[in-house]
Amino acid sequence: MSKLKKITKMQLFLPIFSMILVMLVNVIYDLASGNAPFGFFSISTQVTSSGNTILYGRLIDILNRGSEVAILAIGMTLVVSASAGTDISVGSVMSLSGGMCCMLLAGYGVTNVSEYARPLWVGIGAGILVAVVCGLFNGFLVAYLNIQPMVATLILWSAGRAIGLLLCNSAIVYVRVPSFQFFGSYVGFLPTPILIAAICVLIMALLLKFTALGTFVQSVGINKKAARISGFNSAKIILMCYAICGLCAGIAGITATSRIYSADTNNIGLNMELDAILAVALGGNSLGGGKFNLAGSIIGAYTIQAITTTLYALGVSSAQAPVFKAIVVILIVVIQAEPVREYFKKLSAKKAAAKEA
Amino acid sequence: MKKKLAVLLAGAMVMASLVGCGGGDAAPAETSAPAEEAPAADEAPAADEAPAAEEEAPAADEAPAADGGTISVGFAQVGHESDWRAANTQNYQDAFSEANGYELSFVDADNDNAVQLEAVRNFIQQEMDYICIAPIETAGWDTVLQEAQDAGIPVLIVDRSVDADPSLYTTQLGCDMVAEGETAGNWLAEYLDGAEAKILVIEGSVGASATLGRTEGFNNIAAQHSEWEILDSQSGDFTQAGGQEVMESFIKSYSDFNVVVCQNDNEAYGAMDAMDAAGITYGVDGDVIIISFDATHDGLQYTLDGKINCNVECNPLQAEFAADVIQKLEKGEAVDAQTIVKDEAFVAPGITSQYAVTMTQEVLDGRAY
Repeated sequence: MSKLKKITKMQLFLPIFSMILVMLVNVIYDLASGNAPFGFFSISTQVTSSGNTILYGRLIDILNRGSEVAILAIGMTLVVSASAGTDISVGSVMSLSGGMCCMLLAGYGVTNVSEYARPLWVGIGAGILVAVVCGLFNGFLVAYLNIQPMVATLILWSAGRAIGLLLCNSAIVYVRVPSFQFFGSYVGFLPTPILIAAICVLIMALLLKFTALGTFVQSVGINKKAARISGFNSAKIILMCYAICGLCAGIAGITATSRIYSADTNNIGLNMELDAILAVALGGNSLGGGKFNLAGSIIGAYTIQAITTTLYALGVSSAQAPVFKAIVVILIVVIQAEPVREYFKKLSAKKAAAKEA
Repeated sequence: MKKKLAVLLAGAMVMASLVGCGGGDAAPAETSAPAEEAPAADEAPAADEAPAAEEEAPAADEAPAADGGTISVGFAQVGHESDWRAANTQNYQDAFSEANGYELSFVDADNDNAVQLEAVRNFIQQEMDYICIAPIETAGWDTVLQEAQDAGIPVLIVDRSVDADPSLYTTQLGCDMVAEGETAGNWLAEYLDGAEAKILVIEGSVGASATLGRTEGFNNIAAQHSEWEILDSQSGDFTQAGGQEVMESFIKSYSDFNVVVCQNDNEAYGAMDAMDAAGITYGVDGDVIIISFDATHDGLQYTLDGKINCNVECNPLQAEFAADVIQKLEKGEAVDAQTIVKDEAFVAPGITSQYAVTMTQEVLDGRAY
């Protein structure tokens, strides 16, 4: 009993519990429809048309398709923690980064190439660089000019995609070179996006563990003035958080672009800023800044994808899917809400008291 | 004082729209339009007063309309969101050229409904001979169409449709999406020749007229074939990434299917990516029949390569049909309330069909977009 209590008291218990709950829906559905009950969770291998052997299954799909939001969630967590605000430009910046990359690789005004106009690293480097510059721009507005984060990032939210379209001459630019598709396809038997997301998470986790980055960010988020008086350069830390957020958007943008080997600037990262913010919230983090839990945000990101994949698996029609998604999200947010948790705590305390008496 | 301000603002907006026209063929100018036009949208309330204010100072606006032989046409375009739209715009600019005796005022509304409404109001004030609207939204057009009718300007609703009384506009011109869906269904029936079909559908964006029409048309034909079964239908949002994700899921849900219907070419590319990853063969030599819509240049290249079996066109070259209507009106002839732009369908080499053209390199090279 005490062991169970220990587990339920862990900070990550509720986010993980919610994700498992979402996936359990599939087990019930499979049982009801007479399929293998754990079909949703089975992972097998599959030979592709080009002869590679890859991992295959819904869980792999969730990890694969959720990569972009997971990468975005890393940067968003820092931004939320340090500045008590959200960066709503990340989806747009993804599109800009992808557009920049493909424009350089194909050449301006060209819409379809089968060989690079410039080396691959130039395109990807420039794509990520432009995203970092966007992050620095947002960070400068927030940290040094004290503009509300949502207002500051609203500028690139609308302009980022427009600049991306401008770079691509308002067309979808295809780069049909196998090596460009690498970042969105497979490395060995594993989808590359999973690996990219894992590396990003690992680097950030190591930074948080072995440097004082986490402490800096949280103290600035809890009280900016107090942090400055204690000797932290608050503005610089906020600027850095936004720059990291931009970097994450750039990496996510290149991944999304590589998946479809083209810069579809109208659609890449569309509304993804909302998913990233939701991931942070589903992970049990307060959007009011301060203390944060990176693992929670990452779990939140995959929970969102798990909902989407589950709705596909259940065959819910596309017109109704958003409603179900909303209901699930509300449920998850409600069970994590402070008053609800307090209520359950009291309830179990009463039960315990009744038992003793 | 207020009225003077309104006149000034309205004047500024006319100037802004003229600047917009000037930059019509230069892409950078077009794309920077949203930033310039955003303030214009804010001025909308002021501009509403403009018709009243105009009575005091009509001279300034009458000047452009007073030229002889040419026919002035105002065209309020949706935006520039796709290759299809770009081809559509280019087609109008070519067909309504000065050499053909037209004076075209082109406004790219960049998917902003308010900007488009204001553009149409400007056309009315400038006393254009004809107005073409490719409506961004279906609702909310009654007032402005009434204004055009009061001013005696015939309005052509092009490409899409509006929820307004048909008496308020002259004709609605565009592709028949239902007919496109039926063409796809008819072709499939002919190709399968009575064989069983297990069909997966990747729909377009929820609620889009192309999605609704193509679904309805295809379902009409599917209803006549008891040997067909539509296993599932999900939205891929008209994007390649959406097509990939939906197909990826379909493959896991249904082990047995032989037809995939994608409601645009981008979704078809995504579906092909997903089937490649699952080792499923498709196209003329494969296990799965792919039907796609739009027939863009890349899409037809895939059709020529035998990867897409049948590709049903949505013809962007609509200007000649619009010009035809205008010429009829000029002569005082009656026009139909509906003008259908003719769509073709294309099938991969090796297939012959009464409903479609068999793809060859010449057909592809002869395409205008």
